[in-house]
This record gives sequence, C-alpha cells and structure tokens, in this order.
Amino acid sequence: MRRRTHLAVTAAAALLAVAACAPPNAPTQAKPTGSAGSQYGFAPAEQKAGKLLVWVDSTRLDAAKAYQKAHPDVQLDIVTYDGNANGSNTLKTKVQLFDRAGEGWPDVVFTTDNNTASWASQGDNAFVAPLNKGLLDDATLSGFAKGALDVCTVDGTVYCLRNDLAQVVLWYNKKLFDKFGYTLPTTWEEYQALGEKVAAEHPGYIIGTAGDAWAPEIYMWGGECPANQVTGPKAITVKATDPKCVRAAKMMDKLVANKTMSMLSLFGPEFAKSQGDKVLMLPGPAWYGGAVFQGTLKTPKGELAVGDALRWSDQSTPVTGNVGGGTWWLSRHSARLDAAKDFIGWVATADAYQVELSPGYPAYAPAATKWIKKQQDSGYYAGDLAGPISAAAGQVWSGWGSPEFSQEAVWAKTVIPGQTAGKTVESLLPEWQTAIEQQAQVFGYQVTK
Amino acid sequence: MTGSRLRLSAGHVFVSGYVVLLVAFGIVPTVYALNLAFTDARGVFTGFDNFVRTAQDFRFLAAVEHVATYLVLWLVTLTVLVLLLALLVHRLTAGWSRAALRFVYYVPGALAGASSVLLWLFMLDPSVSPVDDLVRALWGETFVQVISPGHLPWIFTLIAFWTGAGGWIVVMYGALNTIPHQIMEAARVDGAGPVKIALRVQLPMLRKWIVYMLILSLAAGTQLFVEPQLVSQASFGVVGNDYSINQLAYLYAFNQNDFNGSAAIAVDLLIVALCCAGLFVARGGLFDTD
Repeated sequence: MRRRTHLAVTAAAALLAVAACAPPNAPTQAKPTGSAGSQYGFAPAEQKAGKLLVWVDSTRLDAAKAYQKAHPDVQLDIVTYDGNANGSNTLKTKVQLFDRAGEGWPDVVFTTDNNTASWASQGDNAFVAPLNKGLLDDATLSGFAKGALDVCTVDGTVYCLRNDLAQVVLWYNKKLFDKFGYTLPTTWEEYQALGEKVAAEHPGYIIGTAGDAWAPEIYMWGGECPANQVTGPKAITVKATDPKCVRAAKMMDKLVANKTMSMLSLFGPEFAKSQGDKVLMLPGPAWYGGAVFQGTLKTPKGELAVGDALRWSDQSTPVTGNVGGGTWWLSRHSARLDAAKDFIGWVATADAYQVELSPGYPAYAPAATKWIKKQQDSGYYAGDLAGPISAAAGQVWSGWGSPEFSQEAVWAKTVIPGQTAGKTVESLLPEWQTAIEQQAQVFGYQVTK
Repeated sequence: MTGSRLRLSAGHVFVSGYVVLLVAFGIVPTVYALNLAFTDARGVFTGFDNFVRTAQDFRFLAAVEHVATYLVLWLVTLTVLVLLLALLVHRLTAGWSRAALRFVYYVPGALAGASSVLLWLFMLDPSVSPVDDLVRALWGETFVQVISPGHLPWIFTLIAFWTGAGGWIVVMYGALNTIPHQIMEAARVDGAGPVKIALRVQLPMLRKWIVYMLILSLAAGTQLFVEPQLVSQASFGVVGNDYSINQLAYLYAFNQNDFNGSAAIAVDLLIVALCCAGLFVARGGLFDTD
C-alpha cells in the first residue's frame, strides 16, 4: 500500500515535470505576423469588437482622456505604466511575456524611449505594426517635422508616430545675463569662453549640467560625435574617440573643473535646492522650459529666454541632439486596428491634445506652430520662443541612431561613476567606446570601429 | 502495528502540503529551468552552449565578483555581530532590558524587502538624509558619490543586516536559552570567565543554529536583486541594472528575450548555492543526531 502511494506520488511528480518540459517556444498559437498578401504590410489578427487597450505614462494620460472626451462612443481601457522611462524596459518585458502567453498585448502604447523600433519591429513575432504600408495615409505621415519619424523608422518602414520633439536649444536667464552684461554665445567655443569668464567673475553660477545620463545626447550628439551610428537593423559604427567626441569631452572637462557645469542630477533633490537659482544658461531640450524651469526650478515669470542651438565654429549651421521625445505605437496583434489607427492618428496630431494639453513641442508640424504661439502668449518667457525652438526642430543630427540598447544607460554606468571618481570625460572615452561595443555585441550587433 | 500506521499517516498528512508546494514551486520550476538551460529557443538540445555563452558575457564575471564580495561581507558581519549581540542580550540580568532589546532587534525585520531599500535610499542621499553628516563623512557629498561601485557591497550589507539580523539575534537568544544551566554552572565553577564560556561552551553548542543561519542567509544573498535594482532606478542608471547575477538572468530573459541563457545562469546559481549549502551542512553537522 505504502509502496503504491509512493509510486503514485512519484508518477504525479514525473508527469508534472514532463508537462513543464514542453519546448519553451512551442507554437501554441498562430503568429500574426508576416506580410504576404496583406493590405497593411503584415497579416492582421482576426478583428473583433471590444475595448481598445491603451498603455500610456502618467504624463500622457491627458492624451487618452482627451481622446475619450472627443470620442465618447469609443470604449477605451486605459492603463498607465512607467512609459519605459530611464530605460526600465517595462514594455519589452511585458511584450515578451505576452508573446509567450499568446495574448495580452496592448492595442496602442506610448513610450518615452527611442529604442522601441529597433527591437519591436524585428523577428518572426514582431510587436509593432508598420504604419506606412497602407495603415496610415501619406498626408498624415508627411505632416511631421523633418527627421521626427527617424526614431520610428527601420529600413524605410515607419513603425510609430512621434508625439513630441526634444531638440536641444540654449535656455538662459535673461535677467541674469543683462545684470552681468554678457552676450549670448552662438558657438560652443564662445560658450566655453563664457563659462571660464563666469567661473572667474561670478563663481557659483552654472551654465550646463553633466551629471545626467542625457549629457551625451546634448554635447556628443550636438557635436556630431560618431559614437552611435546605426547603419542597419543589426549593425552599428562606434567611434567614441573621434576628434569630434574629444573636443566635446574637453569642453565638458574644462567646465566641470571650473564648476560652471554641474555634476548634480538635474532632477535630483539637491540640484533644485543648491543650484536652482544659480542657473545662468543650460543647453537642453525643448521640454526643459516647462518641466525643468517652470516645474522643478520654479524660475520666476519673465526671466527665462531661449537662444538658438549652439554650433561648433566649423559647422555652418547648428546641429543639435535630441533628448527623449515620446512616440505612439500600434500593435500588429490588435484585434481593433481601425480604432487603434484612429486613436494614434488623433493623439499625435489633433489640436485638442497637441496644442491645448501637450507639455512638449509637438512633432506634428501644424500643431507645433500653434503650440509654440500658445507658449509665447502665456507671458512666461522673456523674448522670442518660436524662432530658436522651431529652427532647432529641423537641426537634429541624423547620424546618432537608436539601437536596441540604451545609450543613456551605457553613459550613466560608464562615464558618470568615472567622473565622480575624478576622471575626465576625455580619459573615459576609450572606456565608453568599449562599453558601447560590448553592449552592442550582447544584442547581436555587428560593430564597426 | 495499527498505531504505527496511524502515526505514519498523520506524518504524511503533515508533510504533504509542504511536498505539494515543493514539487509545484521548487522541483517543477527547477526541472523546467534545467530543460531550458540545455536547449535552444526551438527546444533543440544544445549541451552546455547556453552555459558557455552566458559565462563569456562581459557582465557575467563582474556580477559574480559583486555577489561574492557582498556575500563574504554579509555572512561574516552577520555571524560576528549576531552572535555578539545575542550573547550580550543573554548576559543581561534585568528581564525588562532583555525583552526591550529583543523587541528593538526584531522591529527592523518588519520593514522588509523593497520598502526597506526605499527607506535606505533616503538614508543614503545626503541631501535628504536625517544622518547626512554621517553619510557625508563616510561616503561622500552627493548621492552618486555615496553609491560609487566600491561602496555598494557595504551598503547592501548594511541594508541586509538592518532588515535580517534582528530576527536572527532573537533566534540565537532562544538557542542560548536551551543550553542546560548545569553546563554553564560547571564552566563557571571551573573558573571560566564570560569570554571563555562563550568561546568554549556557548558557541560550539550553537553550531547547528549558526549553520542554519548561514545557509538561509547564503540562499538569500545569492539572490541579490531588489537592492541593486532599486538603487539603479534611483540613480538614473549610474549603478547598472546588471550588478548582480539575478539581475543578469532577468536581463537575459526580459531584455534580450533569451530565456535559455537566463535559465543557464539560474542553474549556475543553483549549483553554487547547493555546493555551499552542502559544505556548510557537512562542516556544521546540521543533520547529525545527538
């Protein structure tokens, strides 16, 4: 009797174990991918009625709510998540679980990173749907600013709609500039010279920050440093010790050394507390105006102004970097493609959200013109806002790619601890090069040095 | 005969719940992980390929080094301090002070897991810490300086000690109470002082409890994940999200969509943990019968 009980228990355990040993990626469900014979460039899932599942971050919750208000007859299921902020990879993690489960994908999703296209458009079971293969019309797609859809594009196929741009401009405190009698720089050389002057004449004031992960996107990207040139779906060229990278690094080192460039994180509690009222100038993205100066630093009304993006003296026109900017994606697993298509088209272009509610500079050009006028009319900014920001929108350097891994994370992990330990960015460039190469190889990229 | 069969059945009933849970959440996942570790994404047997590939990953050895350093620090400080504090509490004569201290030791354990790490993130940020002077003096002026790579094993040890050690002090205190009074009395009569009694009588008699503590703490320590993951988020990535072996396994599964590589790392961890636990059991005589 005892023997039989033991046998039964053993057999049950063995059965459970065998059941668990099925091949992990067994084809338990049909893969809704492939492009043969499809009007959209992929084979859509079977279309059904039901709620449209939308994932947004907390900031873009307003977009989903605005859509709901404008379309009361559409059934929405709005889920807020972190939007992949700071390289959290939440979407990727969830999608990979949904892929294994064969269900659960959101119909529409918003992300704040620029890496989604590189992983979500690839493979047999790709997540995002191509938009320019019949799903969205050319009129909608051509309305976005020049280069705005670069982060959405892989091999000529557009996979997302850009929500807002993050072109870098030169933010400055006009009141302080007038008080100190300084002239606004137009080149990085003049910027550095002014930094040295500020260090001598007004110690404590800062003209930039290098303590955050987006420093490379401001200074290296803007300096056309070829550390991140994605040349194919799985190919990247990394030349982080190029002379163009070295000169940007030297400038940062000089300004960090004389303390006019802060090493504190812009969004950390200490920056606002100790340096919030000491910001003379800050090269940074268009969204700094609202999020950093108005929000975090509480810069008083009428003091903040914006200048043209800086250029190196051998560049004929400014070349800027791009710090973030969100994107809307549509799942090719969606069983409600028409509703999903309508949703992303509306949130990315409609004035009711992009002009009235969006905190960032709209990527959709007609909305951008109205948005910037609205900001200008608010009376918060000193001087002309539209000119420099609109000009910079078309000056983002296209040589900096969006690979599957986060360049911000590589910089944060490699360069910032080195700087904190007293090393110069220039001396850390070889380490940065190696770190990018290693990270690229982990994701199967062919690396060219 | 009937009585013994009855006792046997009652015993079976008592352990059956444990056995079911062990099979469902221990054995089956382990077999599943072993299967994944020796196959590729299509389920084809690949031998040790996944183990070789993951061990050659540039992050692997670094993660092993991080976890090993942390484990050495954590296990040594845990053992020394827990025993020292338990012996001290045990020597206190006043009953109320013993009870109060046992309570104080136990309280931090109530704030476990992620919430404890979040609390420590505030404690360690000099701009908001209530003990900012101490943090500045020990580790640096800014949060990024505080969490520099060299400080992390100490910081994680501190967090783990804060949340885990109190419970062990209470356990060791209980174990000290089980030492027969006559033995202690005999040692005193023979002229042994408190230090000699502790070293020659109490600690040898606590050996099994110490091994038990070490095995459980080792198992928890090799699973280091929440602490570096939250520090990574709070530092905007200055501490990488690949600091520990568990984080690396997580990245393989959910960042690289490589569940086979992830399983290989998990199996590596299992083997190391089993070997270390086996060594502790053998050396500590945990299963010896008196």
